[in-house]
Amino acid sequence: MSVNLIGKHEKDPRAARDAVALTLDAMMEKDPAICYLDCDLMGCINTKRLREHYPDRAFQAGIAEGNAAGIAAGLAATGKKVFFHSFGTFSSRRCYDQIYMSAAYAGLPVHVLCSDPGVTAAFNGGTHMPFEDAAMYLSIPDAVVTDPCDYAQIACVTRQLPDITGGVTMTRFPRKDIIRVYGDGSEFPIGKGVVLRASDKDVVTIIASGLMVDEALKAWETLQAEGVPARVIDMFTWKPLDAELVIRSAKETGAVVTAENHNVTCGLGSVVANCLARNCPTVQEFVGVQDRFGQVGPQDFLMDEYGLRAANIVEAVKKALARK
Amino acid sequence: MKEKELKVLAANIRLETLKVIHSRGFGHVGGSIDLADLMAVLYGAVMKFDPKNPRWPDRDWLVLSKGHAGPVAYATFGLMGFYPLEDAYTLNQPHTKFPSHTDRKLTPGVDLTTGSLGQGVSAATGAALGNKMDGRDNHVFCVIGDGEADEGQVWEAFHFAYAHKLDNILYFIDKNGYQLDGSTKDILDHGDIAKKAAGFGLYTQEVDGHDVTAIYNAIRNAYAKKGVPSCIVLDTIKGRGATFAESKHDHSSQPKEEQWQEALSAAEKAFADAKNA
Repeated sequence: MSVNLIGKHEKDPRAARDAVALTLDAMMEKDPAICYLDCDLMGCINTKRLREHYPDRAFQAGIAEGNAAGIAAGLAATGKKVFFHSFGTFSSRRCYDQIYMSAAYAGLPVHVLCSDPGVTAAFNGGTHMPFEDAAMYLSIPDAVVTDPCDYAQIACVTRQLPDITGGVTMTRFPRKDIIRVYGDGSEFPIGKGVVLRASDKDVVTIIASGLMVDEALKAWETLQAEGVPARVIDMFTWKPLDAELVIRSAKETGAVVTAENHNVTCGLGSVVANCLARNCPTVQEFVGVQDRFGQVGPQDFLMDEYGLRAANIVEAVKKALARK
Repeated sequence: MKEKELKVLAANIRLETLKVIHSRGFGHVGGSIDLADLMAVLYGAVMKFDPKNPRWPDRDWLVLSKGHAGPVAYATFGLMGFYPLEDAYTLNQPHTKFPSHTDRKLTPGVDLTTGSLGQGVSAATGAALGNKMDGRDNHVFCVIGDGEADEGQVWEAFHFAYAHKLDNILYFIDKNGYQLDGSTKDILDHGDIAKKAAGFGLYTQEVDGHDVTAIYNAIRNAYAKKGVPSCIVLDTIKGRGATFAESKHDHSSQPKEEQWQEALSAAEKAFADAKNA
């Protein structure tokens, strides 16, 4: 795994959606089996270009996500490698039974692209703000669930998806502003966590993904200044979890803090807790949405509102250390 | 098309469907057996298939979106040589390859997994799109229950098929007039379901679903229609050919053994009569 960590908390001038759109465009040029299906939201993630470039393989299903998920399964049954997109709420809740039965249960891989995860839905508000999308996919046997954090990682995950044929996949990604965490060309094999900060003195492991990776790096800086050595892991794959890394880090540091842009009752924190409970029970604190619905507002406001800040991670670390 | 041969095949499918369900003692008799005539036409005179290579890419596809009609498919596939018929007598036993609802991972001949009503229509439509993308000269046959058509997804799929000009898919609506809780008119009246399908842009015909010649001719008409998907509404009698089910229009049945024996004898006789006609 070759990873170039930048970690300067700087915005990427590129829109996050282009990590999907431009990558898919290049993939479709090379592989005629890849097709793309959208539910009237191509304009939102810049995939109208796919319909222009590959009119015979990029389709509109209109505002009918349940049907679209079934169409995707049927296409997969004819050997196509199918990417299916809608906003995270609609590509999870709105078509869950179709993804579950027509695709997953039927053994037909469909690659579900879920834009606007959690608070990144911002001005679309609570009706469009998925804090449970990953939970639904986590509960599908053999599914692959990822929550990549930046342009390079989203692009790298997208490139790997067509090779996954043993189950459905779901990928969470924001559409617009995104922090550049990694240098382009970094490689992120799905299923492997990325250790971003580590020393043999670490007393806690912070396991984060997506939006929360940059916050975790900021929290590490604060903790470092306060003399608290912490390990930071980017766990962009929620399922299958890199259990070996989780267990090893928990054993070496003795405390865990998870951080996610999702409901903590059923997301990354839960997956990690499940793993630890069975292998090496460890003190754990959960940063993320505390079992609440979404609401409208700017992303900055929402990150404060739901406690998705570096300061919340620092606070959680202190709580965990006090419980050790 | 030889009408007599298809009538004999239909009678044979009825008898075998009863035997398959009798092996477990209960099941969805009504909505399975009323499709025997359609299955006879499809597998006796219309469809391209290879029992030794069920996933032959150029085959015609069958999707029983009303997945609970599985037994009629298992009987038909057995008669067509996909597997020894007796294999299907393991219906709903632990680890069987013949579950109550059709499953593409388990049963040779089953092209898509169905059971959550409405879903097979979308998946069949996606398969039609995929076959068209590949330039294949084949068709997808998708069988929908009239009760199933309560599901909005059925109509979303019709809308998609129309918009994408999928003339390689034929939808059959098994209009037997009954669903689990009673008559379709009483539960959620569709009005004229054929008119509704036509309103969605489908080339729609309505025929006697127990008349093999009428079904065959409707399929030939559908093949000739280019640029639009087709819908054939089959007027059927739920349970047709099962003595204990036909009069009651039962959705599922748990007859006593003497009722089974009466039904099996009647079906044996109907099969013999068809051969001697």
